[in-house]
Amino acid sequence: MTTHNVSSDQVASYAASDTDARTEANHKAPAQDLTQRDYLSTYFRSTFLLGSFNFERMQAIGFAVTMIPAIKRFYTTKEDQAAALSRHLEFFNTQPWIASPIAGVTAAMERQKAAGEDIDDAAITNVKVGLMGPMAGVGDPIFWGTARPVLAALGASLALSGSILGPLLFFFGLGILRFATRWYGFKIGYQKGVEIVSEVGGNTLRRLTQMASIVGLFVMGSLVSKWTSINVPMELSRYTDQTGKEVVTTVQSVLDSLLPGMLALLLTFLCMWLLRKKVNAIWIIFGMFIIGILGYWAGILAP
Amino acid sequence: MNPLEFTLVILVALVCGMASVLDERQFHRPIIACTLMGLVLGDLQTGIILGGSLELIALGWMNVGAAMAPDAALASTIATIVVIEGHQSIGEGIALAVPLAAAGQVLTIFVRTITVFFQHQADRFARNANFRGVEAMHILGLLLQGLRVAIPTAAVAAVAGTHIVQTWLDAIPEVITSGLQVAGGFIVVVGYAMVINMMKAKALMPFFFLGFVLAAFIPDLNLVGLGIIGACLAVVYVQLNPALHDSIQAPAPVTAGAGNDLDNELE
Repeated sequence: MTTHNVSSDQVASYAASDTDARTEANHKAPAQDLTQRDYLSTYFRSTFLLGSFNFERMQAIGFAVTMIPAIKRFYTTKEDQAAALSRHLEFFNTQPWIASPIAGVTAAMERQKAAGEDIDDAAITNVKVGLMGPMAGVGDPIFWGTARPVLAALGASLALSGSILGPLLFFFGLGILRFATRWYGFKIGYQKGVEIVSEVGGNTLRRLTQMASIVGLFVMGSLVSKWTSINVPMELSRYTDQTGKEVVTTVQSVLDSLLPGMLALLLTFLCMWLLRKKVNAIWIIFGMFIIGILGYWAGILAP
Repeated sequence: MNPLEFTLVILVALVCGMASVLDERQFHRPIIACTLMGLVLGDLQTGIILGGSLELIALGWMNVGAAMAPDAALASTIATIVVIEGHQSIGEGIALAVPLAAAGQVLTIFVRTITVFFQHQADRFARNANFRGVEAMHILGLLLQGLRVAIPTAAVAAVAGTHIVQTWLDAIPEVITSGLQVAGGFIVVVGYAMVINMMKAKALMPFFFLGFVLAAFIPDLNLVGLGIIGACLAVVYVQLNPALHDSIQAPAPVTAGAGNDLDNELE
């Protein structure tokens, strides 16, 4: 999960102080509003958010590049533009698609600042940084935990029979979801501004996250049983019954009579435990390859 | 492989490599990457099937926070070339994909470290309000990520059809390829485990077991059916869970004394 230093309480307090500032500064002339072209440009830029992902400040350049249309629209002097650009080159990291509402809120604050309202640089950064953790907490389970694996599983089950529908279903299904999140997310964030901060902790998003997590976990559970194959054909006993039929008992048949897919379930728990111990997934996969080769060689495992 | 095919292969690899860092349009996922690779190599069918098989393994691979997934892009592009141009089986493609995913991860770590330099260049441009400069640094980082996949893929594509590679691939002993096939049956759980861990929802684990048991004992249920059951359960859970309601609040005890009385009665 994304690290964030600023708690949501702090963000809420910034949001509150900002509303005060707005009422005081109502007399100032508003900055120019974003045009349809700006929306399109921001959307297009936001789809490259992670392009220059680096270990120092992660999505920072991508966020600044996303903000450029707004910065150009709101600020006219070179000094203000440089300050805004530098402001958005600070550390940023969240689930990429859900970054769009954050960009929207940030743009709304930049607009107020450009209009002369009393918002200091730290307030904008704090709202931004404070949102990225909670928003990743919403985006990761919904998109990476549920939508993508479920669509990928559906697509793959079609693709295994060679149907082009599989890749198409995955690509367009996820594409529509992604576009909607980015396009409407930015608009809602921009129009609602800092008000949205209080909604992030609200029940609507929590409900959505929980529902996605349930579907995700449910499907993962069924996939563990459906698509994992571990076969242990090792013989335990072999005898001929009264009718003269030979009865062979293998480890697999005993396990299947208890609970089909039990080994897969246990293996999943082992993986979860190893991953929590910070073992790199690639090493776990290599370990399984070695188990597969040795098990096949010793005749314990079969495809 | 003719020059046109070779160019298209590099182009697809470039797009996959860029998508791998962007995680945006999903061109790096095996189901898309292998399909595109199969298309430009003239064997769409094999590409789709390999893509589907690899997608199953990579199902839960994801970048969360600073943690990085094994690299599906490099694995998909090279595995498809080896299967189609090197005339290998899907099983061998899967076996090859995993070491490639590890190699791809090392390469992307390398590029993500180099990009720190661009970050500092971008700072310099920002101080002068040089928008183009910041954008250039961004695109440069993206391009490096594309090349990271395109260059190794091009190298493999150049030699994949040759006899040396074929004999080399055919020389892999049967116990290794079959053993890898055995492992291919269960390495998928790594992805599932990643998803479950990421959810961080211990309270919701009963739904995981429910899905498991339903699928284990009713083999006729397909994914669509299971998905519908899961969605219904999710809706019911959210409707019935008082913690998720705005309107209805649990009634607070009237006085502290009343609460104590109730406790006493229960005892």
